[in-house]
Amino acid sequence: MHLSRVNLVEEAMKYLLVEDNPELANAVSSRLRLDGHSVDHARKIEDARAFVAAAEYDMILLDIMLPDGDGRTFLKHHRAANNDTPVIVLTARSQVSDRISMLDLGADDYVTKPFDHAELEARCRAVLRRKTGSAQSVKTLGEVEFDAVGGHLRVKGQPVELRNRELRLLELLINAPGQVFSKQKLVDRLFSYDDDVSENAIEVYIGRLRKHLEGSDVQIKTLRGLGYRLDHDG
Amino acid sequence: MTAEVNTRGSLRTRLALILTGGAAGLAVILFVVVRALSAQIAQQGQDNVLSASMSSILDSALVRDGRVSLDFPYSSLSMLTTDADDRVFYAIYEGEVLLSGYDDLTVPQGVTPDRSRFTTVAYKGEPVRLATGVRRLIGADGQRTVSVTIGQTQDALSNTLNAISRNVALLGIGFFVLATGLAVWAASFTSGQLRRLTTSVTRRGPQDLSPVSKPVPSEMVPLVGSLNTLMSRLDHTLTQSEDFIAEAAHRIRTPLATVRSHAEATLQRVDHAENRQALLSMVRAIDESSRAAGQLLDHAMVTFRAENLEKGEVDLEEVLRELVQRMSPIADMKDITLDLVAQDASVLHGDAILLQNAFRNLIDNALKYAPAETAVMIRVDGRKVTVCDGGPGFAMDEIHLLSGRFVRGKDTGHKVGSGLGLTIVQAVTTAHGGTMTLSNRPEGGACATVQF
Repeated sequence: MHLSRVNLVEEAMKYLLVEDNPELANAVSSRLRLDGHSVDHARKIEDARAFVAAAEYDMILLDIMLPDGDGRTFLKHHRAANNDTPVIVLTARSQVSDRISMLDLGADDYVTKPFDHAELEARCRAVLRRKTGSAQSVKTLGEVEFDAVGGHLRVKGQPVELRNRELRLLELLINAPGQVFSKQKLVDRLFSYDDDVSENAIEVYIGRLRKHLEGSDVQIKTLRGLGYRLDHDG
Repeated sequence: MTAEVNTRGSLRTRLALILTGGAAGLAVILFVVVRALSAQIAQQGQDNVLSASMSSILDSALVRDGRVSLDFPYSSLSMLTTDADDRVFYAIYEGEVLLSGYDDLTVPQGVTPDRSRFTTVAYKGEPVRLATGVRRLIGADGQRTVSVTIGQTQDALSNTLNAISRNVALLGIGFFVLATGLAVWAASFTSGQLRRLTTSVTRRGPQDLSPVSKPVPSEMVPLVGSLNTLMSRLDHTLTQSEDFIAEAAHRIRTPLATVRSHAEATLQRVDHAENRQALLSMVRAIDESSRAAGQLLDHAMVTFRAENLEKGEVDLEEVLRELVQRMSPIADMKDITLDLVAQDASVLHGDAILLQNAFRNLIDNALKYAPAETAVMIRVDGRKVTVCDGGPGFAMDEIHLLSGRFVRGKDTGHKVGSGLGLTIVQAVTTAHGGTMTLSNRPEGGACATVQF
């Protein structure tokens, strides 16, 4: 594994994944863990209720067809109990009316299986931004303050506007300062699979981030043939 | 989806015809019977008078000096006077000898003293009613037989009969007209019940398969009963197939999602170009198949609903605002901004689900083909919705083909698509009586305009 698990306990989000297919659950949770989040996995509604009763989650990913019932029932009870943990539904259906009914039942969003992990991530981010605002997820590195959920960057106290791809790139780098990311890795994370982009496309975004970080004690270093690394002269 | 129905006759017409025909028959029978009865009664009256006249003549017969003499009062004949000036004929015989009267008047034979006889004959070209009576007189020289035949023409009688016939005919026609009116009303009322049931079934939305609950006349209970049974069976079948589709989708899409997630995760770890290419193709193939499946189902739903729109008030601005919110995370991933401009946005009378689906396809397309860091413009202007992107635009030579099924532009490259998106938009627009136009902006970029 090139991307080692990132050590970011205070920023990590806590996910509850409710999904009965062990393979898919495995794939999704390992991907989330790779990004530094912690994941609890419930295979049925009963387990999910127990998890929700025992711990606080930042986000619930909910499958609809579960062995002991319909995920929507869980959703209804969840909302009826005034629990406002955001819920994103993972649905296998694509009928529009079905989607609408899920949003009516209190889901914050949904993705249709099979889903792009980047899309799931983007939706989680959007829901979190809508629900919680920001503030609680600020990461500070030297003179750089970064709020990944809110999308705010402050360099030496000055706010900097970031576009979404710049934000995601910075998030990757800042979550693992000192670690080398190959161009390929970064392209994989920033572009979707039907975008036909060359590895060089990443240079544009690296260039922009460098400009944003100019003058601070945080820099992006190029390691020829290897990739990029975020360094903090501390 | 209205199938040709094999029609034979109309219940209403049939019922009306039977009732009217019955009424006509009854009117004719009424006429015949009443006329016959009155003819009989009138004849009885004439016979009684004739009989009285005949008897009074017979009573006056006596044997005097060995000869039969009749000295009957004038009243014996005057009682036969009528308004119609009927003529009276008589013939008095003693045995075979005519004593007085008309010798050519046919006298019926076989009349006995205790039984007089009434006959109708033609005399001087006219029907004449004859009453014949016989009396035996005992004289000194033995027994003599006197027979009296008295006849009267029937002018008064037929006048009376004609008057009665006229009245009875009027009565019959009146009865017939009244009965016909009643028949038509009854037929309309009966078929009205059926029509009301039909209307209440037809007015339903495509999803409404609930049983008919309105009260119906008892004769229609079996029909409504089987209709309800049929509907509940249909509902059951539909629910079953919906469940089946959902289950099938779940069973297929969940493993696809697993494969995709694994492929994606593996892609993060693999550096070898060939392996990466294989994994990329895998991810794209999965996206392609799941998108095609989704679009096919959507297309099927659109085709189904387009014939039976579930109409409601749809605020175009609200629908688009929701869509923009829903799709902005995806737009964000490419740093594309979704700009919604609404100007006097109309509230459309249409199917919200279909319209939403159509607009989603338009925005989806724009997002797919627009380059990063551009804006997608969504304009609502009255009843017109325009979605424009900053992409390469449509190829002008194939622009008219793009709304066809499974047709995709030539330069779509690696973009995942099914070729059904614009087909769906076109179908939804047509179902709402609108038009879809594709064009390119002069400054570059594709525009899709939907005008309702």
